[in-house]
Amino acid sequence: MSVNTSSVKEKSRIRIETCRDDFPVFRREVHGKPLAFLDNAASSQMPYPVMRSYTDYHSRYHSNVHRGVHLLSQEATDAMEASRETLRALINARSKKEIIFTSGTTDAINLVMQSYGRTYIGKGDEIIISTMEHHSNIVPWRMLCDEKKAVLKIIPVSDDGVLDLDAYASLFSERTRFVSIVHVSNTLGTINPVKKMTEIAHRYGVPVLVDGAQAVSHMEVNVQEIGCDFFATSGHKMYGPTGIGILYGREELLLKMPPWRGGGDMILSVSFDEVLFNDLPYKFEAGTPNISGAIGMGKAAEYITAIGYDTIYRKEQELLAYATDRLSGIDGVRIIGTAPEKSSVVSFVLDGIHPHDIGTILDLEGVAVRTGHHCTQPLMERLGLVATTRASMAMYSRKEEIDQLIDALHKAIDIFR
Amino acid sequence: MWHMHIVNDKTSQLYQQVMLDHNKTPRNYRVLDPADHEALGHNPLCGDKYKIFVNIDEHDVVTDVTFIGDGCAISKASASMMTSIIKGKHVDEIDKLFHQFHDMAQGKLDPDTDPNDLGRLKIFAGVRNLPARVKCATLPWHTLHAALQGKEKISTE
Ligand SMILES: Cc1ncc(COP(=O)(O)O)c(C=O)c1O
Repeated sequence: MSVNTSSVKEKSRIRIETCRDDFPVFRREVHGKPLAFLDNAASSQMPYPVMRSYTDYHSRYHSNVHRGVHLLSQEATDAMEASRETLRALINARSKKEIIFTSGTTDAINLVMQSYGRTYIGKGDEIIISTMEHHSNIVPWRMLCDEKKAVLKIIPVSDDGVLDLDAYASLFSERTRFVSIVHVSNTLGTINPVKKMTEIAHRYGVPVLVDGAQAVSHMEVNVQEIGCDFFATSGHKMYGPTGIGILYGREELLLKMPPWRGGGDMILSVSFDEVLFNDLPYKFEAGTPNISGAIGMGKAAEYITAIGYDTIYRKEQELLAYATDRLSGIDGVRIIGTAPEKSSVVSFVLDGIHPHDIGTILDLEGVAVRTGHHCTQPLMERLGLVATTRASMAMYSRKEEIDQLIDALHKAIDIFR
Repeated sequence: MWHMHIVNDKTSQLYQQVMLDHNKTPRNYRVLDPADHEALGHNPLCGDKYKIFVNIDEHDVVTDVTFIGDGCAISKASASMMTSIIKGKHVDEIDKLFHQFHDMAQGKLDPDTDPNDLGRLKIFAGVRNLPARVKCATLPWHTLHAALQGKEKISTE
């Protein structure tokens, strides 16, 4: 197979110091200024190899998967399955059967809610989530609770953005049926102790879903070591395409779960009286999947691996320290989220200037940040805030971008003073 | 250290001194009690939230209008300037201004070439180049419009 096989030779061949050159977006200007892209937590940029895997598929072997006897279809199937294997290896799942392609993290969480949740959670049962969840890990459970008359229990968070583990442990009862927690907070950067939290849940026999949307681009994830039952992530937050993601599920659980979408690919045989469902993971992949997205996400995983998580983590932690330090040096800045374990995300508020105005002024200076509630309204309410400004760094980020942010903030202060 | 930064043209066009002044010391910033009409305007996307109170006499002329609430500089200055300008105006005239303001913010009306009565409100024309900020400038106007039409709550996204 010539298409998309990851060769060992490629390993560690990409150097983090020069990887920025692989991202063509950094050649453009924004409002006449060089682009300082500090909104990586919303979506990260895409390198050439990922783009090439995309155009390769579309220019050489675009066809449907798992159905054709012809060469193109076989190549497409092989490429997609090779990507599944790359992603399996990336998060160290036991088997490819445990990797289900979805349209993203949101879709993956909804799959678990629809399939596992609607089957195994009923009236009076309890689901534990935390205060710092993204809306995509709140709304599906809220919907399930409304439908089933189940109850949501919320893990509290401290002022500096750390989950209260004692409170968490005390939330369990004989009615607890599910735990769904975010690995890395998109708003605060807090890295939650998901391994320990899973251990606690498993003492009560309760399965755990980890929302890993913000984890996979920053640090090594080992689902077997964490021990979690489900893990969800998105391609576009790890240098891959939008509209693609994966759900990891422990095989034992996936086998017990009914499919929640019916259609082609997810069946072995169909008559009008009876349907025989396909094996894992296809049981959960109804319809023609996002083939180029799946291939691209695999390529993105290869790219990350070729740089190496140790290298990425070290550089991002340096950037985090630098950004935290420089922002703290500005009069009137308060950093929101000061947990000891953080990914490269810095949220802050600035006295007397609304984050929306900061966002606009920074944009006009070429600096892209996110402002607002970051899809974590309950967290913002807990912290007594309406909005923050968030700078989020990635492996290709540079100190110069942070300097550009700081300069632009001084301009905002000058204007508003 | 003394900072003196050269501010981007577009930035200074958007954040003109008048706007910054209205943001810092908003006019008519208080509850009006009793009020003939009031409405709450909310932009859930950025959290901007304003309540607008209006009193109208028997000839449909606004005798008093005030607001409270919080949000970005653009929305607050817009609320402040709107309340100062519409006091003493007939509701039909206000309705016309509402539509002109709305069209200007959306780039459908050029305040320098198209006929209009916007006057000082022209300083908000800068938002037309910033789609994400159009709602900030228009939220107070939508809220006022809702209040005058007897609606109590509106929400823009
Ligand atoms: C922590 C977290 N969870 C879930 C999501 C949802 O991801 P997606 O929109 O790719 O489904 C995001 C994205 O913003 C996120 O940051």
